[in-house]
Amino acid sequence: MSDAEIASMAAAQFTAPRFAWVRQIGHSRMAIFGLAIIGFWTFVAFAAPWIAPFPPNQTILPMQSPGAVAPNGAVFWFGTDHLGRDILSRVIWGTRTVLVYAPFATALAFAIGISAGLLAGYRRGWLDDVLSRVSDLVLAFPALVLYIVIVSKFGASGLNIVLAVTLASGPAIMRLTRGLTLALRDRAFIAAAQLRGEPTWRIMFVEILPNAAGPLIVDACLRLGYVVITIGTLGFLGLGLPPPNPDWGSMVNESRSFALVFPHMVLFPCIAVSSLVLGLNLLADGLRELVTQE
Amino acid sequence: MKPTRAPLLEMTDVSIVYHTRAGSVPAVSSVSLSIDEGEAVALVGESGCGKSTLALASLGHFGRTGRITEGSISFAGENIATMSGRALQRLRGPGIGMVYQEAMSVLNPSLRVGSQLIETAVVHRGLPRHEARIAAQDVLAEMQIPDPERIMAAYPHQLSGGQQQRAVIAMALLPQPRLLLLDEPTTALDVTVEAGIVDLLGELRRTRRTAMLFISHNLGLVARICDRAAVMYAGEIVETGEVHRIFAQPRHPYTAGLLRCIPRPDLPRGMQKLVPIPGQMQSHQEGRAGCRFGPRCAHFRRELCDQAPIPLKTVGSDGLASARCARTEEIAWQSTQYSVEPNVQHHDETLLAVRALDKFYPMRVRNQARTLRANHDLTFNVARGQSVAIVGESGCGKSTFARIVMGLTGASGGRAMFETIDLARLPVERRSAALLRALQMVFQNPDETLNPCYAVGTQIARAVRKLGVARSRAAVRDRVRELLSMTRLPAVYAGRRPRQLSGGQKQRVGIARAFAGAPTLVVADEPVSALDVSVQAAIIELLVDIQRTQQTTFIIISHDLGFVRYIADSVVVMYLGQIMEAGTVEQVFEPPWHPYTEALLAAAPTIDPSKSDRRIVLTGELPNPVSPLSGCPFHTRCQRKLGPICETITPPERLAQAGHRIRCHIPVPDLARKPPPPAGGGEIGTTTQPVAASPDGRSNPAPAGRSATG
Repeated sequence: MSDAEIASMAAAQFTAPRFAWVRQIGHSRMAIFGLAIIGFWTFVAFAAPWIAPFPPNQTILPMQSPGAVAPNGAVFWFGTDHLGRDILSRVIWGTRTVLVYAPFATALAFAIGISAGLLAGYRRGWLDDVLSRVSDLVLAFPALVLYIVIVSKFGASGLNIVLAVTLASGPAIMRLTRGLTLALRDRAFIAAAQLRGEPTWRIMFVEILPNAAGPLIVDACLRLGYVVITIGTLGFLGLGLPPPNPDWGSMVNESRSFALVFPHMVLFPCIAVSSLVLGLNLLADGLRELVTQE
Repeated sequence: MKPTRAPLLEMTDVSIVYHTRAGSVPAVSSVSLSIDEGEAVALVGESGCGKSTLALASLGHFGRTGRITEGSISFAGENIATMSGRALQRLRGPGIGMVYQEAMSVLNPSLRVGSQLIETAVVHRGLPRHEARIAAQDVLAEMQIPDPERIMAAYPHQLSGGQQQRAVIAMALLPQPRLLLLDEPTTALDVTVEAGIVDLLGELRRTRRTAMLFISHNLGLVARICDRAAVMYAGEIVETGEVHRIFAQPRHPYTAGLLRCIPRPDLPRGMQKLVPIPGQMQSHQEGRAGCRFGPRCAHFRRELCDQAPIPLKTVGSDGLASARCARTEEIAWQSTQYSVEPNVQHHDETLLAVRALDKFYPMRVRNQARTLRANHDLTFNVARGQSVAIVGESGCGKSTFARIVMGLTGASGGRAMFETIDLARLPVERRSAALLRALQMVFQNPDETLNPCYAVGTQIARAVRKLGVARSRAAVRDRVRELLSMTRLPAVYAGRRPRQLSGGQKQRVGIARAFAGAPTLVVADEPVSALDVSVQAAIIELLVDIQRTQQTTFIIISHDLGFVRYIADSVVVMYLGQIMEAGTVEQVFEPPWHPYTEALLAAAPTIDPSKSDRRIVLTGELPNPVSPLSGCPFHTRCQRKLGPICETITPPERLAQAGHRIRCHIPVPDLARKPPPPAGGGEIGTTTQPVAASPDGRSNPAPAGRSATG
């Protein structure tokens, strides 16, 4: 190959980083909007002690409408609940509950689901049969029944919520990973890795997993949204964090009997849940577009 | 017949540009091409040269981002750009029929073939259903399909690739188009099936007088069907003219270069040398003035070739061809005959001894236990330092054998002795580091051979480290550099990711990775079949070179007989999992002995027009390997079948010469005597080696004493 050719090839060089689509995120308006919503709630969670006008569990004046003035001159922007707690402050503090447990539960579910999926899809055979049948078994239960059984059996605590979510979403993640792995395992580069004697774990996590990352990341965003809803649902069913912890789901639950008279008590925590889930879905949609373009 | 009317399809100075996010990409630049009624024109070029864009443009289809920026396309005198939606509907189908490369993606998998054909006839010809059904059956019968009824009732996936493509051609012909566009219609098919389709297309030209625009990268095919050809390079037509004229006397350096890239199955080893075209097609975005082929051209001259756009000029006195080359009058065009030093390393030592190797897959067909015999009773030797080619149609078990040798699957019986180790049932996980290093593989698909997530250098370095060649950082880096230069890639490529490389470059990286541990035996599974012609030549030359310098033993799996004849020392011909014939390349191909070898060789497209007269086209389909076949596996398609004996009794293995085994009922002396004796068949049945004469008259002694394998 002549020097001129090499020079011309070098001139044609362009840079394509490993996850080029992550940097392309700026091109998707949907993803940007979703990220903005998520960023807003993250900020709220971090800044809760400084931006909440009242302590979340302090009882002041019950059943105040939004905009009512507190004895100390401050304003109840979202009103107060039946125990006289400021709803705005509880929504702000409640962000922390969601944004701690939801990502933690999702991460654990993914760690387990991805490992099982890689193993089932790459090794096949009896291991695949066992893992797939177990996941079928779990998926056959309505998720909600599963949550209720677990949390009522082991008690309502943060850790149990995480475990329940992990058990309920792990199988679906395993299915997804297994499918992606099946599509990749017969590629020549996997055979090449086997032929140079790579151990199984390395083929699974180093050769296969990065190639399946795109769809998994998209799924993680969506699933995080579901988990937010799940945690809300658990709270609503009284299976969330024990009171008086501020939690969006339990806030809706506690005030549902007043919902017709004082809709604000239900409305604001619901808007909070919906907007966060919307943000996550928008991000997932935007990412999916970028991943499929790739 | 010289038509006096206006041409059927006329493109004048057509330029097509794709507007993408990254900017405008010109795909086609001022192409003029016309097709007369009943004429067959070929559009030849490598992938990315704009030939498919041009074909779709003639249907008025530019995709979402394409625009015709200059010139006009008209069909039967009507400008396509100004056509209404309804007029375009009449154009697509009744005007121009289209046949795509992937038949399976054209046919709707959930509808029966028949209903898809009938619908076409109903929509485009306005026939009532019962008449449409008859029309569909007639067209299918015209496609030389033995029982159209059965095909009509079948779903697409129940048909073989060849039948699918025939059904697609039938569908394109049903609206009775005046022009048929064929976009690489046989690229996805086996050579034997391809030969059948090509014959069919030739027949259709005679009977229907449909005009054809045949898009292909395969020069051999084009020569068989078309009258005229246009060679495209980087969006321009660089040479056009009468087909045989272009191939016999190319007048553009690119055409000449392409022709030198094709190994010819009819020429023995040592009589030819492939000359790859250096470099790769540049994106023609830069707007550099002058000849687009200039950067890769050996005849490039500054001031002359890089100043103004080169016009397409008539060449020769007969006005039958024109070329876009400023120096076409000055270049000495006589085709150079090469004589190459044959592989003189002869080792009689057997490196791999395959003995009665079986690979059976138990299956259940309609609840009955059956066996798929992927490999049955394979016995042959691979001598150290030689190249053994395994040839056969897809599904004949060549790749299964490769996987057994590499330990990716286990054999059901028999042995494959590599030195003193039996590979037959030794999975890759249980192989020692030394054995892993000794056996490596080059894969078929360049897009799958590398992990898209890691830089090229990282992947080669991993192989170097893992195969235990070097440990320290510096030593690994040196070895990676060495391997890159061995595969003729610049060292800066170590930092590139696979998606930044072309197919040929990826294949080079794959080769570099396989040679990281200086292997003893390399299995190459169709190493060039997914590549463009000019790239193929470069990779073939690279493999030949590496073999010469490294003394590696090769097992080459291929269906391309030109390639096999060019690179291999001995050949194993497989059919339905069994060996039909084995011997040295000269023994097996000169002349072809076994009826199957003969058919394979006859089906291989060749650019030599004089070779296209006597042909054998296999009829029928490859039998299902699951159904138990008695007698000779080839009896269902054999053109020289003797009679009932072939169907009932397994043919004996006969020894034609030392190391040349044939499995056929026809006695060896009769095998060499072909039924219609060819005109100058003097060499038939003789065993003397042909003496190759080099162009300067120096006689080139045939490779004497070539060791027989097997």
